[in-house]
Amino acid sequence: MAHGPAKGISRWLFTTNHKDIGTMYLWFSFAMFILGGAFAMIIRAELFQPGMQLVEPAFFNQMTTLHGLVMVFGAIMPSFVGLANWLIPMMIGAPDMALPRMNNWSFWILPPAFLMLASTLFMEGGAPAFGWTFYAPLSTTYAAPSVTFFIFAIHILGLSSIMGSINIIATVMNMRAPGMSYMKMPLFVWTWLITAFLLVAVMPVLAGAVTMMLMDIHFGTSFFSAAGGGDPVLFQHIFWFFGHPEVYIIILPAFGVVSQIIPAFSRKPLFGYDSMVYATAAIAFLSFIVWAHHMYTVGMPVAGELFFMYATMLIAVPTGVKVFNWVSTMWRGALSFETPMLFCIGFLVLFTIGGFTGLMLSIAPADFQYHDSYFVVAHFHYVMVAGAVFSMSAAVYYWLPKWCGKMYNETMGKTHFWISFVGFNITFFPQHFVGLAGMPRRIPDYALQFADFNMMSSIGAFIYGGSQILFLYNVVATIVAGKPVSDDKVWDGAEGLEWTVATPAPYHTFEVPPTIDPAHAHS
Amino acid sequence: MLRLSANPSIDTVIKLVTVAVAMFAFVFVVMVPLYNVLCDALGINGKTSGEVYTAAQAGVDESREITIQFVATNNDGMPWEFRPSTTMMHVNPGASNDTVFLARNPLPQAMVAQAIPSVSPSRAAEYFHKTECFCFNQQPLDGRTSAEMPLQFIIDRELPDDIKTITLSYTLFDVTDMAQGAVAAR
Amino acid sequence: MQGAINRAFVQGAAAVSSALALVLSVGPAQAADGTRSTVNMAPGVTAVGQSIYDLHMIILWICVVIGIAVFAVMFYSIIYHRKSRGVVPAQFHESTKVEIAWTVVPFLILIGMAVPATSTLLEIYDFEDAEMDILVTGYQWKWKYEYLTEDGENVTFFSNLKTPQSEIYNSADKNENYLLEVDEPLVIPVNTKVRFLVTANDVIHAWWVPELAVKKDAVPGFINETWTLATEEGIYRGQCAELCGKDHGFMPIVVKVVSQEEYAQWQGEKQQEAAQVRELMAQTFTMDELMERGKAVYARACLACHGANGEGGVGNAIAGSPVATGELGQHLNIGINGVAGSAMQAFGGQINDVEMAAVITYQRNAFGNNMGDMVQPIDVFNYKKG
Repeated sequence: MAHGPAKGISRWLFTTNHKDIGTMYLWFSFAMFILGGAFAMIIRAELFQPGMQLVEPAFFNQMTTLHGLVMVFGAIMPSFVGLANWLIPMMIGAPDMALPRMNNWSFWILPPAFLMLASTLFMEGGAPAFGWTFYAPLSTTYAAPSVTFFIFAIHILGLSSIMGSINIIATVMNMRAPGMSYMKMPLFVWTWLITAFLLVAVMPVLAGAVTMMLMDIHFGTSFFSAAGGGDPVLFQHIFWFFGHPEVYIIILPAFGVVSQIIPAFSRKPLFGYDSMVYATAAIAFLSFIVWAHHMYTVGMPVAGELFFMYATMLIAVPTGVKVFNWVSTMWRGALSFETPMLFCIGFLVLFTIGGFTGLMLSIAPADFQYHDSYFVVAHFHYVMVAGAVFSMSAAVYYWLPKWCGKMYNETMGKTHFWISFVGFNITFFPQHFVGLAGMPRRIPDYALQFADFNMMSSIGAFIYGGSQILFLYNVVATIVAGKPVSDDKVWDGAEGLEWTVATPAPYHTFEVPPTIDPAHAHS
Repeated sequence: MLRLSANPSIDTVIKLVTVAVAMFAFVFVVMVPLYNVLCDALGINGKTSGEVYTAAQAGVDESREITIQFVATNNDGMPWEFRPSTTMMHVNPGASNDTVFLARNPLPQAMVAQAIPSVSPSRAAEYFHKTECFCFNQQPLDGRTSAEMPLQFIIDRELPDDIKTITLSYTLFDVTDMAQGAVAAR
Repeated sequence: MQGAINRAFVQGAAAVSSALALVLSVGPAQAADGTRSTVNMAPGVTAVGQSIYDLHMIILWICVVIGIAVFAVMFYSIIYHRKSRGVVPAQFHESTKVEIAWTVVPFLILIGMAVPATSTLLEIYDFEDAEMDILVTGYQWKWKYEYLTEDGENVTFFSNLKTPQSEIYNSADKNENYLLEVDEPLVIPVNTKVRFLVTANDVIHAWWVPELAVKKDAVPGFINETWTLATEEGIYRGQCAELCGKDHGFMPIVVKVVSQEEYAQWQGEKQQEAAQVRELMAQTFTMDELMERGKAVYARACLACHGANGEGGVGNAIAGSPVATGELGQHLNIGINGVAGSAMQAFGGQINDVEMAAVITYQRNAFGNNMGDMVQPIDVFNYKKG
């Protein structure tokens, strides 16, 4: 058995190495992040001032749709899968993922799927323009012909996610080093395990929804068309039965990342490890019974509204537990503020704000005013961007020295954080105000009273977008010419098996399982 | 615990693939039918039953009078003139009532329409019984002709007391293509 | 460097929170003329709106208080439990008592929130005893209003965006009600419970007027209901809230709440107008009259898809088109009945026969088309009757 990577392109095409695949996932997701970000820049440029300046309304709708799809399915989800690939085997003391060849496949079907999705931009009638939630009948009877390609793209990336999740579950369940019991696993592994179960449960539901659309469009069925006895509202129920767990699929691995990094820079064990695990499981369970809170105005009976309102409010409890645990971890620690820690604190602040607006949105009567306004846009960017992007940035800065054996530029990292943090808030905080004041989402042009905040928001977006270039530069510069790190541990407070291997992490790790100190608590 | 393969990873994979396939099937064989059953039972979306009502009511409740409003809407691309002959009726629960909707096809060619009922408030749907309705079937109409489309209904005596007005809306869809497809399929 | 950055963090956070407090204290900047606050929800002019607003503020303040408490603890740690101060980290990592407390206490707070939320929701769901009913139908991209009456003589009209393309495309100054103005607003009487039956013609729309505390999805094939009871006269503006295609951002809602007397008068005028239209139907117009009327109808009904100069867009070009320069019957057919399976709607039920006659004439004789023929209202009427 050769103990090094193959040379050239075939290394990447045929690799079954979890580190190579993780690296490809991470770069792919960053490319998608830039693409989705470019769409966002077009949106914000058009919204800079009232009036139509740059694009036509039809194209604007394609931008909002693709921005959402690319960010959710192309940037955020693959980035965490990449992180899982790199870290889970090293964290549980496994030599690789359980199913290395499937691992290769689950990555390599992604780029064609997104190529297909992006190519719809150049098709007759344009790209999908019905929002990332693609409500029927706008996405069926009234959609451009490119919708068929959109459906196939969703099928493929759904398949990729399911394969990736099965692999993660199989790895965690079967490949743990002797002595690595479930309650000793790092929290990142725990959150990913639960996320993977969510994915296996709900990605097929999404596949079912798009399959029904395909049948309605091409085979004359009427799942979502009232004319043939179907119901467009049924689509929304199915979509959100997938969609709400999907939201937690995005946020749970982020919780895991933060739970690794905060203790490291607090030099103190994670507070309430057990309750963190239970809270994660509780959030995952609740995510299956709250879907219709996205549909308060659709005309549900009052009993339904009440049920979904109460269930949704309950989510605040386990989420609160998590936030309290992180703050308690910091309490009386010995804190230092390297870039990963700054991003985690930024996550904590922004996610908490997003959590509060989430609680407000759960209140059904108030949602009659919030629903489909910019308040919602602000809310989910506070949880998604702060949740996923901030924690991903933290993760990259934290583990990059271990991955490539070189230290990033700390000043540049901190600058990246501060520009991101300020830019993010300038972008999205004002959106709360315009939303409350009555600005609907997904509009290419707006009334004059929303002008000031929109301009502010656009300026913030350009700042935030620009800061990511700095991020890219810093990462590339580190890989190419960073200062070598010799210490295996890299960070003095870091805990966990991944820090016990050499730096940079060798191509193969834990070919002989490590011994786990039975007295040692989880990391 | 059930083991499906000697290799523990393959065992996990088989189980998880089964879960994924089951969830895909779940959408088609559980969610869709369950939604329709719930809608029928609870009137979630205000759909009235597509079946002829055959049960008998225990006489007419003269003590209550319910206002029934009729509304007709054409869906996109449906050029027929379509309206209720009476826009409002005052009826007693338990009594049988008749009305007609008027339809006219202004185009030269024959067309087929399907009327989709919807009741508001939606929880009244399960108390709105139809003994005859043009919405039970597709309605063909030759070019440039008119028709009176009958509706016969009974309001259930069990209708909750707080409901005093019921709106019955019909949306007319052009299903000429679908109907032709069905003929061709036969 | 380290210290400076940390100080900046603290100051930054303080700035954000004070900005938040400042904005919140502005609160309901509700002016008497109906202009809304630009930073907060409108309590509006209904009791339900006030309840929702109160609920919103209560929950917001609870969140702010909890947020300040959590962030205070966190920033205390950031400032005092810092490695650079030489602190030795504690090693505690659990406390069952504390953990139970911060599970139970939030749960109790949630119950406290659920009580007023439930009562407000039940208030919203009380549809009974409305004094009048209006059928609201969403179209791509306009609204139709129909006042449902016992005698069936329903007042019906479409409400289109009035903002001219020149303002949207920045060749003219934008007026103060830019994008929130319609050619014909919905008129309802003050202090009257009005029930709205909401449905749609094509895709899902949502009818939202913040100050009337009304938002309801308009779903094709299904009917939803909602209601309002405005206690103050005024003009209230809203927009479609559910993405419905290209011009989702260009289908505003304007509701004029007027006194009972004014409302009765308006209804009278609408009836009279209908009578006038009937009268006009019998009239014969000159080419100039038809062209003038036709131009206005075109701007309202056709321009969005067919372009200001008939150059086309979503729809086919009118200039030199085989329809507008072809056989008149076919042109009438398309105008009245639309084209199935395309974005071309059946306008026969949307504009009256006079408008139809005028706009067909206009299309045949403008943008370089020079057919020279005229369509009179009676021709449209006869065509419809076959």
